[in-house]
Amino acid sequence: MIIKGFRLLLVACLAFLCACSDSGWNNPYPSIEDSENIFYGSFSERPKHLDPVSSYSENEAVFTGQIYEPVLQYHYFERPYRLEPLTSETVPEPIYYGHDRKYLEGDPLAEDVQEVVYRIKIKPGILYQPHPCFALDEKGDHLYHKLPAHEIEGKTKLSDFSSKGTRELIAADYVYQIKRLMHPKLHSPIAGFMTKYIKDLGGFGERLREVSIESGGILDLRAHEFLGAEIVDKYTYEIRLSKKYPQFKYWLAMSFFAPVPWEADAFFGQPGMKEHNLSLDWYPVGTGPYMLIENNPNRRMVLAKNPNYRGELFPGADEDDAASLMPYIDRAHYSLEKESIPSWTKFLQGYYDASGVISDSFDQTIQFNTRGEASLTEDMKSKGINLVTAVRSSISYMGFNMVDPIVGGTSEQSLLLRRAISIAIDYEELISIFANGRGTAAQGPIPPGIFGFVDGEEGINPYVYEWVSNQAKRKNIEVAKDMLFRAGYKNGVNVSTGEPLTLYFDTVSSGPGSKVMLNWYRKQFSKLGIDLVVRATDYNRFQEKVRKGTVQIFSWGWNADYPDPENFFFLLYGPNAKIVSQGENAVNYQSKEFDNLFVRMRSMANSNERQEVINRMLEIVRRDAPWIWGFHPTSYTLSHSWYGNAVPNLMARNTLKYKTIDVSSRSQKRKEWNQPIIWPLVVIGSLIIFALIPAWCVYIARERARLGE
Amino acid sequence: MFILLEKEHGSVSSYLTRRILYAFPILIGVNFITFVLFFVVNSPDDMARVHLGNRYVTENSINNWKSERGYDKPLFIALDNSGKKIFTETIFFDKTVRLFTFDFGQSDSGRDISYDISERMWPSLFISLPVLCLGLLFTLSFALLIAFFRGTYIDSSAVILCVSMMSISGLFYIIGGQYLLSKLLQVVPISGFDDGVASIKFLILPILIGVVGGLGHGTRWYRTIFLEEIHRDYVRTARAKGLSEKGVLYLHVLRNALIPIVTGVVALLPSLFLGSLITEAFFGIPGLGSYTIDAIQSQDFAIVRAMVFLGSVLYILGLILTDVAYTVVDPRIRL
Repeated sequence: MIIKGFRLLLVACLAFLCACSDSGWNNPYPSIEDSENIFYGSFSERPKHLDPVSSYSENEAVFTGQIYEPVLQYHYFERPYRLEPLTSETVPEPIYYGHDRKYLEGDPLAEDVQEVVYRIKIKPGILYQPHPCFALDEKGDHLYHKLPAHEIEGKTKLSDFSSKGTRELIAADYVYQIKRLMHPKLHSPIAGFMTKYIKDLGGFGERLREVSIESGGILDLRAHEFLGAEIVDKYTYEIRLSKKYPQFKYWLAMSFFAPVPWEADAFFGQPGMKEHNLSLDWYPVGTGPYMLIENNPNRRMVLAKNPNYRGELFPGADEDDAASLMPYIDRAHYSLEKESIPSWTKFLQGYYDASGVISDSFDQTIQFNTRGEASLTEDMKSKGINLVTAVRSSISYMGFNMVDPIVGGTSEQSLLLRRAISIAIDYEELISIFANGRGTAAQGPIPPGIFGFVDGEEGINPYVYEWVSNQAKRKNIEVAKDMLFRAGYKNGVNVSTGEPLTLYFDTVSSGPGSKVMLNWYRKQFSKLGIDLVVRATDYNRFQEKVRKGTVQIFSWGWNADYPDPENFFFLLYGPNAKIVSQGENAVNYQSKEFDNLFVRMRSMANSNERQEVINRMLEIVRRDAPWIWGFHPTSYTLSHSWYGNAVPNLMARNTLKYKTIDVSSRSQKRKEWNQPIIWPLVVIGSLIIFALIPAWCVYIARERARLGE
Repeated sequence: MFILLEKEHGSVSSYLTRRILYAFPILIGVNFITFVLFFVVNSPDDMARVHLGNRYVTENSINNWKSERGYDKPLFIALDNSGKKIFTETIFFDKTVRLFTFDFGQSDSGRDISYDISERMWPSLFISLPVLCLGLLFTLSFALLIAFFRGTYIDSSAVILCVSMMSISGLFYIIGGQYLLSKLLQVVPISGFDDGVASIKFLILPILIGVVGGLGHGTRWYRTIFLEEIHRDYVRTARAKGLSEKGVLYLHVLRNALIPIVTGVVALLPSLFLGSLITEAFFGIPGLGSYTIDAIQSQDFAIVRAMVFLGSVLYILGLILTDVAYTVVDPRIRL
């Protein structure tokens, strides 16, 4: 029995040693991969959707961005962000029609426009990734489109289907996907929003719903026409909008408008497929540079080069330079890391090629110079690690519910109260304490890098900041106290009633981790003598309160969908108020002047005239202060020396194709950094054995003594 | 003799039948409480919003989502209906009946729950089973060793060590173990998982930490049990017969101390399948530990109720097994 156990232990040890690679015992990857051109990354939250009709989150875009190809993409290097063709021949220009379908030249007024047409011509010769949905039999029929139940039985992975095929991308695939936005079973998050713009989309959705009920949910979208998107020829299609919406071009760069072949729906829509976890939501089909070959979101997601990919020239490369054809990396392995410590350790050991900076190790990683500029510590520099920072196209703000009787409304009293609080809450301090300096205090809703943002003295919020020594300086707290006094509160006490001013802050933050920050908020309000009561709740209840307009003060944020000021100003547009239309105006701000300017601004092309309109809008919202503008977070990305072309592009999602890996350098560094140290284990083992020897001697002595008795 | 065995067999089967019948109202009750607790915190509208995303969601799409998944019905009582439909046309009835046939159906995000459980159960077992077996082996051995040296400085030192080990948080063992063995000594990967033999290098650290982490508590507990037994008359008799101390401890003391050991071990069986949230999260093990927590966070009620139901069934089975095991380790006990 003991010998058997020893043998088992020996086999296990041998297996362990075999599993360990030359590059280190702690290498989490098979040694065979050491010399392969693979990118290694991690993800902390499993993607929920990979179907382009429903995928919206950033953690999903890491995968969908490499697989699906919308007609447009963002230029990898140019700033401000600029759209360029991806699968289309050109960036489509809107064609405007007025009454009686009269062609309108130039940039007509929004009210004159009755229809907008985007005519899109795609490049010929683009092929889909190999996929069973395209597989054909000898007769040319689809091999797996009408499978009997017994053939689906036992198949739980795409690799269970042995044959694969491909076909050319055609305009009909883009039209098909636009129709899928309204499929009653797919629940696209943008379906409702797009019905406001794409012609006949709402009516098409209604018609589909009726047909779906009659047919028991089985729909062939090709058989249902609608006016909003039509095929012109094999490579050309048109999208028709019912009103002027210049921002629509940005949607054309998102996966919602990427092509989906009808064959995918025909394949995955067969009875029994969904029950076997076979769906487009799990196994995406695209024309992009990569395809998903392993989808195990509880452990690992693997992308591999699409063998049918046409190749794309690196920006600025010569057309004859075959070496400049992207993608460069053969495979990308993303491992699930729920905790930051293992993920960070693996990055330092060279087992992840890039990483963010974790709060626990921030001081060991980043140092700031006297001008406040971030750089890497000497330890990090010695490892050849690079730091890339970029202000994110997002904003974290504190909102005042504008229908609240105390902080809301347009009265002089509430206006002064909001402005006083805006000065009192020191966001520079918040960024320094709670974000390790990773952020920029906001002067308005528009983040840097987005058209409409103004830098320097002209760009400051004059109600909260003043320009001193060539930089924005928050106004003195005495100014805020004076404002509060003029609002009718002396040192936080209502002058007319004698009651102390108590305000309520609704938040989803709770627990010991958030306590420090909530106390900080209380401290900021107490500078004005205001008592802040924190009402912590769960996210559902918080959202419900915001929807019903029963919050008073709350914090929230917004990530840009596209780089246009409209995507931030619409958060303050009156008709979008939560309590009016369940829109995205969470503070229920209403200003006719602002709304009129917004309607004008959103249909204008970027120009000096548009900037002037934006400046007026900024002046209005800064004056009314429905938000405390908060801050724009800065992303800090670290990458190893062997990871090339790591340029921050916060709009593009298809960035993997630009990246390079120097495999030999990585392999060498990994070996250098991961030499196992065994002697402490030998010492510990020996100590245990030595400690047991006296015990063994005592046992023997006792036994002998007992037997002797 | 034959009649006696038949009678005994009959009493075991009737006991088991009785316990299985008792299980039904327990499972219905557990399911009822799960429904109440879940829907107090999350309304079907909230669930739809989480699944559809929080941006640009319309009332229409929320209603479609609910209707497709049967969340548009009343929760417990359908007052608009008559007869038995008052109870059958409800979310509770609709979702509960299928559970009793172990048809967990699909998650709210469209995945086959039974398939996911069967896939994620194995990584959890790969860790929990060795931790249980090795843990038992080491804790029992150490406890017997300490019991042998009772009253000496070895006993006192061991008790101090055990109490110290018990006082340290499990999280410390994980973070400390990862720091020492993966970061400092670099002898094992800090996290990850693989299939087949390749998984061994990923399992060493979590198993080692699991065993070491449970050593203090287990040794202390079993030492107390052994010390109670060691002063009994049968031990004195065994020694008087000339049996070696090893024989006394392993053949007599250990055997007679089996009842509390069995009780503790069998009660652990459900948690072997259900995994450990913290261990799996820190080591990137794709087990069942985080399945329920992820489902609660993403408000996937289909998974929550399936996992709670499965947990209840396993606990009931565990308790029945404990009772049966009593009769095996102590023939004096009758069911």
